[in-house]
Amino acid sequence: MLPVVAVVPVVAAVVDVNLTQEENNMSSKNFEVKAYPEMWAELDMDVPRFDKARQMLGEVYGKMYLSQVNRPEKMAYFDNMVSEIFGGRIKEMLEVKKTGKPIVGTFCVYIPEEIVVAAGGVCVGLCGGSAGSIPDAEKILPRNICPMVKSAYGFKAGRICPYFQTVDFVYGETTCDAKKKTWEILDRLVPTYVMEIPQMKKARDRALWIEEVKDFKAKVEEVCNKEVSSFDLAGAIKVINNKRKALQRLTALRAASPAPISGKDALLIEQIAFYDEPVRFAEKVNALCDELEERVVAGEGVIGVEAPRIMVSGTPMALPNWKIHNLLETAGAVVVNEESCIGTRYFKDLIDEQQTEMDRQLDALTDRYMQIDCSCFTPNDERVEQVLKEYRSSKAQGILHYSLQFCHTYNIEEIKIREMCEKEGIPYLSIETDYSPEDVGQLQTRIEAFLEQIRG
Amino acid sequence: MHIGIDLGSRTIKVAAFRDGVLVDQQLVESGFDPYGQAMALIGKYDSGRIVATGYGRHLAAEHFAHEVITEIKAHALGARHFYPECRTIVDIGGQDSKVISLGENGRVVNFQMNDKCAAGTGRFLEIMAASLGFRLDEFGAAALESSAEVGINSMCTVFAESEVISMKNRGLPVKDIAMGVHLSVVNRLVGMLNRMGYGEQVIFSGGVARNPCIVRLLEDRLEKATVLTPSEPDLVGAMGAALYAAEN
Ligand code: SF4
Ligand code: SF4
Repeated sequence: MLPVVAVVPVVAAVVDVNLTQEENNMSSKNFEVKAYPEMWAELDMDVPRFDKARQMLGEVYGKMYLSQVNRPEKMAYFDNMVSEIFGGRIKEMLEVKKTGKPIVGTFCVYIPEEIVVAAGGVCVGLCGGSAGSIPDAEKILPRNICPMVKSAYGFKAGRICPYFQTVDFVYGETTCDAKKKTWEILDRLVPTYVMEIPQMKKARDRALWIEEVKDFKAKVEEVCNKEVSSFDLAGAIKVINNKRKALQRLTALRAASPAPISGKDALLIEQIAFYDEPVRFAEKVNALCDELEERVVAGEGVIGVEAPRIMVSGTPMALPNWKIHNLLETAGAVVVNEESCIGTRYFKDLIDEQQTEMDRQLDALTDRYMQIDCSCFTPNDERVEQVLKEYRSSKAQGILHYSLQFCHTYNIEEIKIREMCEKEGIPYLSIETDYSPEDVGQLQTRIEAFLEQIRG
Repeated sequence: MHIGIDLGSRTIKVAAFRDGVLVDQQLVESGFDPYGQAMALIGKYDSGRIVATGYGRHLAAEHFAHEVITEIKAHALGARHFYPECRTIVDIGGQDSKVISLGENGRVVNFQMNDKCAAGTGRFLEIMAASLGFRLDEFGAAALESSAEVGINSMCTVFAESEVISMKNRGLPVKDIAMGVHLSVVNRLVGMLNRMGYGEQVIFSGGVARNPCIVRLLEDRLEKATVLTPSEPDLVGAMGAALYAAEN
């Protein structure tokens, strides 16, 4: 049956309530992403169109997530975060904004969110993980660039992302070419600043980097009209360290066999890390980890010990990009690690909390950020070592390298990861794909064959 | 009875074994109703264990197959049955091409499939044959009459087709253009093989293995390897599935 919305596309508020109920009855799982049409209208969004996206997200989530068996109970909080993704969380951010605190949108884990948090503001990841906004982007951007960049740009161009509509400004970076040049175009739609991220990690690069961090701090301070004190920064460093530690704890628990949580659920949590309030988020992740610890002790898992354990490594998977995890787990595997920016690259390193003086704090902060091993750097051999380390610690049985289409740096670095796997005898599959569904059949075959190879 | 069914994108193949001996084989076009076709093929046998492979394997599993395996595994099993020593399989079907490497024990150790496009597949040859005015089954023989080295540079089917058309319009002999088309498929394949490495025997399966020009070019370009084509190259996957049914 066609959803009602296809027939009555444009009437906003009143109809929405009906649609919501309708959907409630239609969805077997009773899951929905909540609608806040008045708020969206105030944010100058394309409400009718966005409402369709909202419904679709709810349906997909119901199908992919709520149909999973043996889910930990504490996933309920994260289900709710998805349900409130376009509402409750936006409301909270708008409350913060009302007090004059900065709301900053970012696209890369190199932008130090500690500084935004120190200013009392909110830092939110805006990377796009949906095919739905790509046609908006392709009206102006070239087609043959990374889908994550196109998706994100399309969300702004189409006015179909409440986060984008809420931010004071966007802080981009000079990591890959696709992003670097898109900022110039994005700046026409939303104020966009750029942090120069060097391409190497020499002493002079570090010197530049620190200057860039200071510029970022100044920009954040400009919005709230208040200087960030070293006391504020110390507090923020703790808050974000705690968030990262909670995610480290979750990752460590996934090493258990049977795996206590699905890869899909863990990926979702890693995605939510980019838009949730950090203190609450850490608390909820820790509460979930308590439950997972009990499971591990009791030898309970989401799937039996015979399920092949896969580690995914490569480019980030932005919400709602669950394509590969869904294919892997539908085929009977369990994903036990994401070596990715929406994954361990985001939380494996912490900032030294001992520093009390601003300059030393910024040094410590920069040192931490310089440890991130993104393929945009050359050389970047520490990533190859890191992949092997995580492969071992997660007790995975194979590595799936994931590269977004047209991401040159990851696609080329894939060679080194593959060579390492060959040398170590690690079963390995490399996939390059975008957000479109057209290659799902072929990916399914390749993934199933990979699992057959591991099962023997 | 142990039955293997390979539901490919263009054709459906069935192989049936009894006590380790191939007793029946069938091949039909998938047509508009692959499920109906498959049911009709399977209906021929009163009983038996059915293993499905190919793009339609999951559909088969929903309705009649007892188990599914991927084309990769099916080809490995099928090829090994006929060539117990082989370590490399090249399969070119209607919509995809793949190279499979086996370990000494016959297990799959690595494989590669072509990406999202038709270049280097049976479909590519079919489109090119049509635009040059050949029937598919005469295309290879026609190309073999040429000794020219015409290069087709486009990897994409759509661009390659316009390249072919402009060559025709420039007055190049069609047999030379046909050779160029075959060369482009083989070069791509040899690239895949070189990247992965290959054994002394390269087993060539899939419908395209019936094309004499592709076979010849592949032999020429693979040093130190013999290209072996099974007598029924399209049936290797179905046979592998049937053998799997027998084993498990
Ligand atoms: S992959 Fe590189 S550029 Fe992309 S978010 Fe991660 S660190 Fe930034
Ligand atoms: S995935 Fe690659 S191309 Fe895409 S934004 Fe990240 S670094 Fe750039």
